[in-house]
Amino acid sequence: MIEFQAVTKRYPDGTVAVDSLDLTVEDGRITVFVGPSGCGKTTSLRMINRMIDPTSGTILLNGKDIRESDPPLLRRGIGYVIQHAGLFPHRTVLDNVATVPLLSGVDKRTARSRAAELMELVGLPSTMAKRYPAQLSGGQQQRVGVARALAADPPVLLMDEPFSAVDPIVRDDLQQQLLRLQSELDKTIVFVTHDIDEAIKLGDRVAVFRVGGRLAQYDSPSALLAKPADDFVSSFVGRDRGYRALGFLTATGIPVGEVATVRAGDAPERAREALVDGWAVVVDEQNRPLGWVSADLLSTMDKSVDTEALVSGGSLFEVDSSAGGTAGSLRNALDAALSSPAAVGIAVDGTGAVVGGVTADTVLSALADARSSGEVPG
Amino acid sequence: MNIDWPWPWLERNLDDIAEATGQHLYLALLPVLVGLVISVPLGWAASRWRLARGILVPLAGVLYTIPSLALITLVPLALGTKIIDPLNVQVPLAIYTIALLVRSVSDALRAVPGDVIAAATAIGYRPVRQFLSVELPLAVPVIIAGLRVAVVSAMSLTAVGALVGIGGLGQLITEGFLRNNGVELVVAIVLIVVIALLIDALLLLAGRVITPWTRAGRGVKA
Repeated sequence: MIEFQAVTKRYPDGTVAVDSLDLTVEDGRITVFVGPSGCGKTTSLRMINRMIDPTSGTILLNGKDIRESDPPLLRRGIGYVIQHAGLFPHRTVLDNVATVPLLSGVDKRTARSRAAELMELVGLPSTMAKRYPAQLSGGQQQRVGVARALAADPPVLLMDEPFSAVDPIVRDDLQQQLLRLQSELDKTIVFVTHDIDEAIKLGDRVAVFRVGGRLAQYDSPSALLAKPADDFVSSFVGRDRGYRALGFLTATGIPVGEVATVRAGDAPERAREALVDGWAVVVDEQNRPLGWVSADLLSTMDKSVDTEALVSGGSLFEVDSSAGGTAGSLRNALDAALSSPAAVGIAVDGTGAVVGGVTADTVLSALADARSSGEVPG
Repeated sequence: MNIDWPWPWLERNLDDIAEATGQHLYLALLPVLVGLVISVPLGWAASRWRLARGILVPLAGVLYTIPSLALITLVPLALGTKIIDPLNVQVPLAIYTIALLVRSVSDALRAVPGDVIAAATAIGYRPVRQFLSVELPLAVPVIIAGLRVAVVSAMSLTAVGALVGIGGLGQLITEGFLRNNGVELVVAIVLIVVIALLIDALLLLAGRVITPWTRAGRGVKA
């Protein structure tokens, strides 16, 4: 547990970077510090490993004042990942990852074998071990940065805008990986970002900072979206927050209706009989959706339902089922309905097979139920 | 001037030439080594503190502009050494080396990326180990470049030492003039140039061997 107690950082020129911060970071969770530039989020992060010392106030790590620790020793017990990874350009990938164990006095062979395990954990092929950082892409470098931070198995991980310098697709990938790693490792992670979407996606708890180093709100992502503390937070959380809040409500239990399906290769006349409201989902042998077909489209097909000519479907959403899938959210369900050409969202099970369809109305009434049962803060 | 077919003279004087060459190397390289060792902490100080940089870098520039002959004749006065002490040449050479390298070391250290230094600190390096195993290695390519200039200029400046009676290949040049021996003159000059180029090439090679990462090309991706 990391506790900030009335922590203030004031620079000699009078700038207040962090203003009387009181905040507790829970163990085994991802806590995100988010805010515009100049809000003190990075300063707050860097005070945890004594890269910056506070002007006043106390920071406790597991109940112990961090000022009592020798900074280098304290830092070896706290993993650190920064923007652009900050890898050592003169060391191979393997030796970069092995750095902290080596510093802590582990012998070279053990440190390297540990580094190799870490590379595997973060999804880097062992063929990259002997490369230099300059030979890797930005996303790969960032993975090495994460592996390096984890190499000494520290209970705490500090991440300072680690994914902000990579392109959106790679960022999404790295975020997913972080969530996957966290589900295995249960680290206490403090993550700094200026991107509220990233904060909401990754954080178990999100601390919104405002300029001047004041904490504006410290809450769960869903509470942040549903009940912003003030105008600053609500404008920072941004547009579509009502829609985004749906992402925190599970779609488990929403009524899934029948959906018309036809099998690829069926005769067009047979398919025509199956249409509901002029549309049907075309599925493959395993009942997985391939796309939509309409009455108009069928009239252009002579022998069989042609999979090349289908209208591409909207997004899919997964219902919790015996096939062992993870349930989607109401946001997934609503998006599936809105993006479908037939206005029916396709629900699939864990194997990807079609189990039914939902309409936007169904999703909205599920939302209303959740509201009345108090699941959504109103 | 008389330039005979050189072999008979060369054969008679091979031992002397070898001795002069050895002397020349000792006179030139030792000060460069000492200068390098002194430049690293000075360059580090200049890279770290604005005040140190404000004093050291201009001072180095001024020192480098003092003519070598003047410096060589000033040293015995300043240090109280005898008039033919090798230190009279070696101290100025060390000074020139420092004048060249302080700036190189300082610039090289200042060019180490800030996020690399921040990462090293955040990971738990102590300052001295961080300097020796992160900052200094990354400064090596620029320091080697400065060292190459220092060595080549030390090789040629050492020849000036002959004017104040210090040995080395410069002595063959002055002797060649006095005895009107063109062969001796040419041999000495060629040796100085060739040895300087050889050492320069060796440094270049050594620099490449110890900095493999600088040639790790971009764009090799899996």
